[in-house]
Amino acid sequence: MIPSPLKKLALLPLLLALSGCDWVVMNPSGDIAVQQRDLIILSTVLMLVIIVPVIFLTLFFAWKYRQSNQTAKYDPDWHHSTKLEIVIWAAPLVIIMILGAVTWTSTHLLDPYRPLDRLAPGRTAEGVKPLKVQVVALDWKWLFIYPELGVATVNELAAPVDTPIDFDLTASSVMNSFYVPALAGQIYAMPGMRTKLHAVINKPGVFDGFSANYSGEGFSHMRFKFHGMSRADFDKWAADVRKSDGRLDGTRYLVLEKPSEKVPPQRFASVEAGLFDKAVNRCVEPGKMCQHDMMAIDKAGGLGMAGTTNVTTLEYDKRVRRGEGGIRSFVAALCAPKSAPAEAR
Amino acid sequence: MSPDLVKTIFGRLTWDAIPFHEPILLGTFAMVALGGITVLAALTYFKVWGYLWREWLTSVDHKKIGVMYIILAIIMLLRGFADALMMRAQQAIAFGDAAGYLPPHHYDQVFTAHGVIMIFFVAMPLITGLMNLVVPLQIGARDVAFPFLNNFSFWMTVGGAVTVMLSLFVGEFARTGWLAYPPLSNLAYSPDVGVDYYIWSLQIAGVGTTLSGINLIVTIVKMRAPGMSLMKMPVFTWTSLCSNVLIVASFPILTAVLALLTADRYLHTNFFTNDFGGNPMMYVNLIWIWGHPEVYILVLPAFGVFSEVVSTFCGKRLFGYSSMVYATVVITILSYIVWLHHFFTMGSGASVNSFFGITTMIISIPTGAKIFNWLFTMYRGRIRFEVPMLWTVGFMVTFVIGGMTGVLLAVPPADFVLHNSLFLIAHFHNVIIGGVVFGMFAGIVYWFPKAFGFKLDPFWGKVSFWFWQIGFFFAFMPLYVLGLMGVTRRMSHFEDHSLQIWFVISAFGAVLILIGIIAFVLQMVVGYLKREQLADPTGDPWGGRTLEWSTSSPPPAYNFAFTPVIHEVDAWHDMKQRGYVRPTTGFIPIHMPKNTGAGIILAGISIVVGFAMIWHIWWLAVASFVALVGGAIAHTFNFKRDYYIPAEEVVRVEDARTEALRSLA
Amino acid sequence: MAHAQTLTEAGETRFHLTEDHHPENGTLLGFWIYLMSDCLIFAVLFACYAVLGRNYAAGPSGADLFDLPIVAVNTALLLFSSITYGFAMLSAQAKKVPATLIWLAITGLFGLGFLSLELYEFHHLIHEGAGPQRSAFLSSFFVLVGTHGLHVTFGIIWLVTLMTQVAKRGLGVEMKRRLMCLSMFWHFLDVIWIGVFSFVYLLGVLK
Repeated sequence: MIPSPLKKLALLPLLLALSGCDWVVMNPSGDIAVQQRDLIILSTVLMLVIIVPVIFLTLFFAWKYRQSNQTAKYDPDWHHSTKLEIVIWAAPLVIIMILGAVTWTSTHLLDPYRPLDRLAPGRTAEGVKPLKVQVVALDWKWLFIYPELGVATVNELAAPVDTPIDFDLTASSVMNSFYVPALAGQIYAMPGMRTKLHAVINKPGVFDGFSANYSGEGFSHMRFKFHGMSRADFDKWAADVRKSDGRLDGTRYLVLEKPSEKVPPQRFASVEAGLFDKAVNRCVEPGKMCQHDMMAIDKAGGLGMAGTTNVTTLEYDKRVRRGEGGIRSFVAALCAPKSAPAEAR
Repeated sequence: MSPDLVKTIFGRLTWDAIPFHEPILLGTFAMVALGGITVLAALTYFKVWGYLWREWLTSVDHKKIGVMYIILAIIMLLRGFADALMMRAQQAIAFGDAAGYLPPHHYDQVFTAHGVIMIFFVAMPLITGLMNLVVPLQIGARDVAFPFLNNFSFWMTVGGAVTVMLSLFVGEFARTGWLAYPPLSNLAYSPDVGVDYYIWSLQIAGVGTTLSGINLIVTIVKMRAPGMSLMKMPVFTWTSLCSNVLIVASFPILTAVLALLTADRYLHTNFFTNDFGGNPMMYVNLIWIWGHPEVYILVLPAFGVFSEVVSTFCGKRLFGYSSMVYATVVITILSYIVWLHHFFTMGSGASVNSFFGITTMIISIPTGAKIFNWLFTMYRGRIRFEVPMLWTVGFMVTFVIGGMTGVLLAVPPADFVLHNSLFLIAHFHNVIIGGVVFGMFAGIVYWFPKAFGFKLDPFWGKVSFWFWQIGFFFAFMPLYVLGLMGVTRRMSHFEDHSLQIWFVISAFGAVLILIGIIAFVLQMVVGYLKREQLADPTGDPWGGRTLEWSTSSPPPAYNFAFTPVIHEVDAWHDMKQRGYVRPTTGFIPIHMPKNTGAGIILAGISIVVGFAMIWHIWWLAVASFVALVGGAIAHTFNFKRDYYIPAEEVVRVEDARTEALRSLA
Repeated sequence: MAHAQTLTEAGETRFHLTEDHHPENGTLLGFWIYLMSDCLIFAVLFACYAVLGRNYAAGPSGADLFDLPIVAVNTALLLFSSITYGFAMLSAQAKKVPATLIWLAITGLFGLGFLSLELYEFHHLIHEGAGPQRSAFLSSFFVLVGTHGLHVTFGIIWLVTLMTQVAKRGLGVEMKRRLMCLSMFWHFLDVIWIGVFSFVYLLGVLK
């Protein structure tokens, strides 16, 4: 009963996708994203083997066995056929077995935690030194730290082409998802946790990046540009960043961390060493115990009854930032100076 | 009064909580208030309060409760759809310098409310309502196992819906997305009342859902008519059973995880906080351990409806009954081991991801088998394209596309590029609209004559179907496209103007669906006006095959004068084939449960408890909670819960039907 | 086949019963299913404790906090209350109203004793600075044990309600069914407590 133009409309996105137009997910510029795209096409084609006949048969049976067609055979008690039942269970099973195998291998090959072994089809990544980038999702902007270059940027990410990029990600407050569709699939950036992503960009250009997980008021504008550059351009870019003024240390980070929207790109010529680790371990605030220390203490059985008194309050904190006044406590570092909370203000 | 005293009395409720400064909300409030006053005035004018209270609000009759569930769902559908239109409008205009008409603060509430309302207060009441209406009739029972509990469950669901609606006009709703992931939903980042509204409305409604799940399981297990072994149950009853098993085995998890979030927000515990050893991932896991079965809770009854509709309108026994049943059971079990596919992108590792990806794909095997079974039921049938059959064919074509994109999303590396994108949004609307909504609409049109004694107007029914079907493709195919363009969900503003055209097409589709909804309501209105013409005096308007069609339309309060005895799968078809003659004498008194106002009263008090907790009005929370427990205890002292319909009354009703049937012949 | 007789009568196929049909009462099955759903709530709380139970946030651990003798007494109280409830059910089967009431009262007193000790323990912990806010471990501990305690509280309220009803109406079928439901509830709480006792307290003091 569904007219065929409608059916075509349903398949339209696929047809367009297969014909290869400039939709970024279907036409990416990084090797990982290209492989993910190929997987989408392969799975879709595999499933169409079942889907197309089903849609066709539905419409065909609906037409052929319509009541007004008295010439069609009518068999009101036919309700079982072992052969047919085997087919209808086996056909999807076969497709799913193939797809399952594809899933298992591709999930492992394209695991974001797995270092790259190729830059592009037929080009090994061996011997190419990866670029390390540390990403912190702040409210509502992205901080990128380049530990090897000693610089940092906000809402601006750059990388040389054909060089593996080794991302470490975390967030300052709530869950975000780091996503540059042209480069590779997304990965969540979550507070107190460290996730990883390995990717490579193969074409120079400017690409969109954003948070793909809703994170509050300023979420829609939590966007940045990702610049894929030739090696020479990248070196020049890095030198430019080094020439900018400003140093990103803990104090500056705590200011930066406060909620803000539509933040223009910023550059920092130098970065406090270990800042990212502090961000992951939620101890940029002076006097606050780092989570890895806390975990080590917990592993040894906690601090005993003395541990009930090592909670300090922090005046400036997230609740203040996101609306309601109030004081929130945290676990103090074991050798924190008494005046620590005041400094953090 | 001193500020302290005001705070003690009103908690954090102040005049600021009333959105005087929001013209949209103020307008809505004026409309709702006007409409409400009109309805109340009309009820008073026509003096129907007494009737309403006696015959409906306090009723324990499963048919009336079922009908009330569906009315609730349709009302809430209007609200949820209004949210959808607002989102489509915002996304169609907010590009570049144009900020649109909804600031993020408002837009974020709209998409959260849309999700919550559509799942909990539209889809859930639709399936629970339909199961309530149909299951006891299909199994030849006179009511559900616990009739009072049924009434109470319904009113608790209403209580949850009322709480959500309150947030429109007093305070605000959550701005977290429909699953309220912490840390965002925790006190530090959502200090206001929105998340509290979310929590308490779901908790109140959740009580109702869980209890009605228990109720229907016991009904199906214990109250089947003699001869109806499990493998002779109608398929809708089977899918209802599985759906209710899922409800009972998953809603407590939602209750528990929301209670933990409540503890975090009210007692400052550290389950899902960032510091002090809390673990937000725990919430994400737990809520999806409820959330994925929830998908099947919704879609299984819809599958049941399609099975009934296909075999009825093809005039043919369902192909592969037992493989249909096994497929349902397999889906039920598998639905518990796939939850992690909702967050492949949180870094679980390749082996874990591929395990959950593959289990997800395996679910498509029994689902595929079901589709083939419907297909081969049509094969060599005599298909009458009445409105329920249209919805069914529409479903089969639409749903397989949604199923395909679903399997695609189950491949973890593909999910990495499509997760949280509009492709995902298109996918789940494709299966929920194409599956659940089409299924429930088919069910409503199919069983409406059973409930009310006349068919719905077929013209408007067909209009509704075509607008929904075409509107769906217009509204959601562009979202698939946008997903492939890397556009993510929950955005209230875009920079890239080249995307705009797709959003405009999508908004156009939403308008088509709006016409579909209007036509859906019109088929009821016109059906009512033409009820003489569309009347169903036989009780079997479609040539049905299951027991509900053996009694009159609408059925008498006691459903069946004599309990039927079952010999075959399609019991009523079998009876017709073998020349069953309806008994006209020998009636005996029938034992029935009595109506009670306890359900509506207890649910009313629950709303007060929720409201007081949301606004931190502690004295009221304590007082109303004590009243709630006291009321429940008082109800247990009521031992006069049943009565007998005297034989004369049964004779009168049955003789009237005998007369009516004779005048037909 | 038991119901072959109902299906056919004198060799002829029957399509309806002519006598009054009373399906089996489903209350106990329904209550059992409810208990299983409640069990799932506890399963979630146990799972949270399993995940968070070692996250002391550099605070005190179970070994520092738990006072096993008190907990042992508490466990004994609850186990005894299960036994006395059993005696109450035996008396109810024998239709002895006063004996039933006495055993129920004893059960309730054991329950109150249990609750008092638990409240004392909670108060003591909070007083020492080890309240539910201090760490995820303490959050999951307080909520798991507290939820069980809330169940016991409602059990006692229910018990008193049923005692009133038994006193007023004697021990008919309906009252026995209600006593049976509470009995399942009460033993269920006992089973949960054994889980809490071994999983939280005993494992907690072992470092």
